Amino acid sequence: MEFAFYLSAAVAILATIGVVTGLNPVHALLNLIVSLIAIAMVFFSLGAPFAGILEIIVYAGAIMVLFVFVVMMLNLGEVVVAQERAWLKPGVWVWPSIMAGVLLGLLIVTLLVDSTGFGISGETQTPQEVGTLLFGPYLVAVELAAFLLLAALVTATHVGRDEKRDDGRGEGVK
Amino acid sequence: MSWLTGDVVDIIVAVIQAIVIMLVAVVVGAFMSFVERRMLGLWQDRYGPNRVGPFGLFQLGADMLKMFFKEDWIPPFADKRLFVLAPMVSMGTIILAFMVIPITPSWGVADLNIGLLFFMAMAGLNVYAVLFAGYASANKYALIGAMRASAQTISYEVFLGLSLMGVVAVTGSFNLRDIVEAQAGLWFIVPQFFGFVTFLIAGIAVTHRHPFDQPEAEQELADGFHIEYSGMKWGMFFVGEYIGITLVSSLLVVLFFGGWHGPLLPPFVWFALKTLFFMMLFILLRAALPRPRYDRVMSFGWKICLPLTLINLLVTGVVILLNAPTGQ
Repeated sequence: MEFAFYLSAAVAILATIGVVTGLNPVHALLNLIVSLIAIAMVFFSLGAPFAGILEIIVYAGAIMVLFVFVVMMLNLGEVVVAQERAWLKPGVWVWPSIMAGVLLGLLIVTLLVDSTGFGISGETQTPQEVGTLLFGPYLVAVELAAFLLLAALVTATHVGRDEKRDDGRGEGVK
Repeated sequence: MSWLTGDVVDIIVAVIQAIVIMLVAVVVGAFMSFVERRMLGLWQDRYGPNRVGPFGLFQLGADMLKMFFKEDWIPPFADKRLFVLAPMVSMGTIILAFMVIPITPSWGVADLNIGLLFFMAMAGLNVYAVLFAGYASANKYALIGAMRASAQTISYEVFLGLSLMGVVAVTGSFNLRDIVEAQAGLWFIVPQFFGFVTFLIAGIAVTHRHPFDQPEAEQELADGFHIEYSGMKWGMFFVGEYIGITLVSSLLVVLFFGGWHGPLLPPFVWFALKTLFFMMLFILLRAALPRPRYDRVMSFGWKICLPLTLINLLVTGVVILLNAPTGQ
């Protein structure tokens, strides 16, 4: 499976570079979708098919659809391509490159210092095992995440409410 | 012949099985376009296409010849890369989803332990075909069709997944083969009736079939997202839709109607008969029902189907816990 890992990791990196350097927003989003699917393939090759398939369903299948949806609605045309081209001047690259370089160096040092956990064992984690872990030792974290999502949902509903057309019963005037 | 070991033979058999299943799925999907027109004719008191060959059986060949040799035109104002990519995504994701369908005890491509989730992932990615087609066409009607399609698919996918969780909870596995085995005594249509109803509705909505075909409603959107497509690119959307119907029908059979289980007849015949029944049901729905308004479709999904699936899941959970042996 190491071959599959390196291949999909390479695809993920190339697609992500495409996201950063792409001028057309919809093409950049397409690259991001490819990158997410490649990362799902990385999960598959590491023996975590459940995480991989959820990555596709949640990120590639739902969240990115909303991104594409919004970008389509904004009807960005040639103006945005020109603006994007202006933003991608060489000078802009310096500071992000330094920060990314620091992270890369940190990663390499960590891998060199602690060499355990290398290699792909080929053990496959089933959905049952993931579920038992989530609702066993990590139950508190799952519940906290649920609170957070509920709060976000309520906030979004409140922000999206149309005050003027509200008739006081929670239903907008038809 | 030293290389012809057991492993190699297994691999060759698996590859041939996969190719045969893919070809049969595509041919059945394509042939269904003819069957649908004949059946609609029958149910609406008129003749369908009955000129080419006996009973019009060769109509499919005529249609294919026409489609292959039609001018394949890409509008100059279109986003070319996405315009070409969209039909491929449309057909590719649907065919890939066939991978997890267990047809008989010995036939089937992949025996994934996340089989059901794989189908949902492919259904999710299938949305991009419509979205990109609508965007790349740079056409108002196409864009409105794509908008409707994506909003509809996202809404209905929520309870497409939830409606199946009852079946998964009862079986204790996402593996479709395990789900079929678990129905040896009683088909899941009985204990999971509401799961079946909501999955059927969501399945129709996700394949954009009548009465949920607002994304491509001829009368208001002049064919919606594939209005600018012609030739084989349009053909891929068209055949993709019919393969989608075949896929949802076979999933209904696998999940709720016992898959290959049945008395007397061999397993494959049972599977094929049940799948054919649901494909006919799809056509009958198109012949019988009018198209609801778009906002009604959305509010029906969120206000009726979603609570129904949640209640179904809750009750299923309670029943499983009550039947579970104590001390666990």
